[in-house]
Amino acid sequence: MIRDLHEQLKRQEISAVELAERYLKTIETKDGEIQAFLDVRREQALREAEAVDHKIMRGETVDLLAGIPGALKDNMCLRGERTTAGSKILDNYIAPYDASVVERLRQVDVVMVGKTNMDEFAMGSSTENSAYQRTKNPVDTARVPGGSSGGSAAAVAADMAVWALGSDTGGSIRQPASFCGLVGLKPTYGRVSRSGLLAMASSLDQIGPLTKTVEDAAIVFSRISGFDRMDATTAESKGKMFEDFLDADLRGKKVGIPREYFSESLDKDVRSVTMEALERFKSLGVSVEEISLPHAAFSLPVYYIIMPAEVSSNLARFDGIKYGLRVNDEKERMVAAGSLLETYLDSRAYGLGAEVKRRIMLGTYTLSAGYYDAYYQKAQKVRQLIRQDFERAYGQVDFIFSPTAPEAAFKFGAKTDDPLTMYLSDIYTVTANLAGVPAVSFPIGTVEVEGKSLPLGGQLQGKWFDEEGMLALAHQYERWS
Amino acid sequence: MMTQEEVKHIALLARIGLSDEEVTKYGKDLSTVLAWFEQLSEADTSQVPAIGHITGRSDVARTDGVAQGAPEVRDGIIANFPEEKGGYLKVRSVF
Repeated sequence: MIRDLHEQLKRQEISAVELAERYLKTIETKDGEIQAFLDVRREQALREAEAVDHKIMRGETVDLLAGIPGALKDNMCLRGERTTAGSKILDNYIAPYDASVVERLRQVDVVMVGKTNMDEFAMGSSTENSAYQRTKNPVDTARVPGGSSGGSAAAVAADMAVWALGSDTGGSIRQPASFCGLVGLKPTYGRVSRSGLLAMASSLDQIGPLTKTVEDAAIVFSRISGFDRMDATTAESKGKMFEDFLDADLRGKKVGIPREYFSESLDKDVRSVTMEALERFKSLGVSVEEISLPHAAFSLPVYYIIMPAEVSSNLARFDGIKYGLRVNDEKERMVAAGSLLETYLDSRAYGLGAEVKRRIMLGTYTLSAGYYDAYYQKAQKVRQLIRQDFERAYGQVDFIFSPTAPEAAFKFGAKTDDPLTMYLSDIYTVTANLAGVPAVSFPIGTVEVEGKSLPLGGQLQGKWFDEEGMLALAHQYERWS
Repeated sequence: MMTQEEVKHIALLARIGLSDEEVTKYGKDLSTVLAWFEQLSEADTSQVPAIGHITGRSDVARTDGVAQGAPEVRDGIIANFPEEKGGYLKVRSVF
């Protein structure tokens, strides 16, 4: 899709301004209902598009992604513009600088149509935790788009953007991709700079694209990845143009199927769609074999210890002092009026939502004196075991395949009463973040739910830093079907 | 089950003001999740070191020098202060 639009721009069959207008028009018509965007950058997007048109008219070479309208999840800083992370505590926050990914995208002259809705501080699996609005799934508006990058997914699925960036801490790119029928890529930890991404859990967060095709995901990924001096965890390895390697010969490669992921409790429709996908892999000349990830069962509790612990530290900065909301309220006072402590307590009480508070307190608890060894330390050890599972598995196979989520998109309110029910949505996705490996979700079929045909994603995980092979297999699968 | 006092203590450490109803609600939520963590005791970690950096990066250093930030970034940071006086962040007295 991006390549095609790029050719049209180059041949001047369409101008970048016309292309931007087309997407902005779609936002006008559709977003009243879908509610994917928190901010639409009409003026700025048109200016960015105009600059691309000038370059093309002057005969300059422009990048594949130049002039292609995209959207950013609202937890990435965009200089001079509002960046809320879906939270009221940042309602008035204007980013003073660009996130590194934004800097890189500006260098290739992208057009950014807006900032998208998300679960507050990326905590959630349905985007229902946004402090601002409820984003609907364009496939069925009675259902959630997934989360936490639900706004980005809905924007692309409803043709309001060609591509969008999301962030993925435990599945927040892949699960919405699955729910909305898109491709969603979570890169290897350290591939993409996190500088300027509002941190959730620093040892797990990665930025990645949501797109309609694997090639488009590769194109966007190539342009945001690579070492960044602003993020000490980025890998030294030089990025490459991943879209040029999608037709690599994959015959003889092996896909592993973890037996732990195909237990009795797996939904039978999800199972049958996943099994059909395996047959397609075989027809691509790739073999399929059963593997074991013996510690996979511990992934969710490990994740829900490590992530909130990091959340509690990262979100300590939202204190009503340096930026964001500052509240001094008369009600519910826990300490003496006029004290500094009062400012902290009130600003965070009013500025943060229920799920965010729950996770901060959970993290504070597990890190507090006397509990550290039993929870955080224990979880970091089991995380080591999970990583070792992957090392062993990758001695045997090249990729690991599973469903992306245990079900298709669910209805609004279906899981909001009990936090644990919502946490279980992440069962197949969190392990990639814990182990640091790359993973991509792409459409593998549909399931019938209450008379509606809903998309379902398959998740392919690769070896550390082998996005190249993983994307090639996903691309060849997509082209075959 | 977490007691009301424990929840209040954690909320204070986390600098989150809670109403009485919230203390009850979060006490219940947190207790459920903490009980769910118990399953980790089934994993034998007696011989396992805790994990460090996931892709093995370590000791990343930079030059310890003064870098001149862009004035507009400085202005942007100051513009975000809830209270400002003469280019300085105004805070409540600590004592």
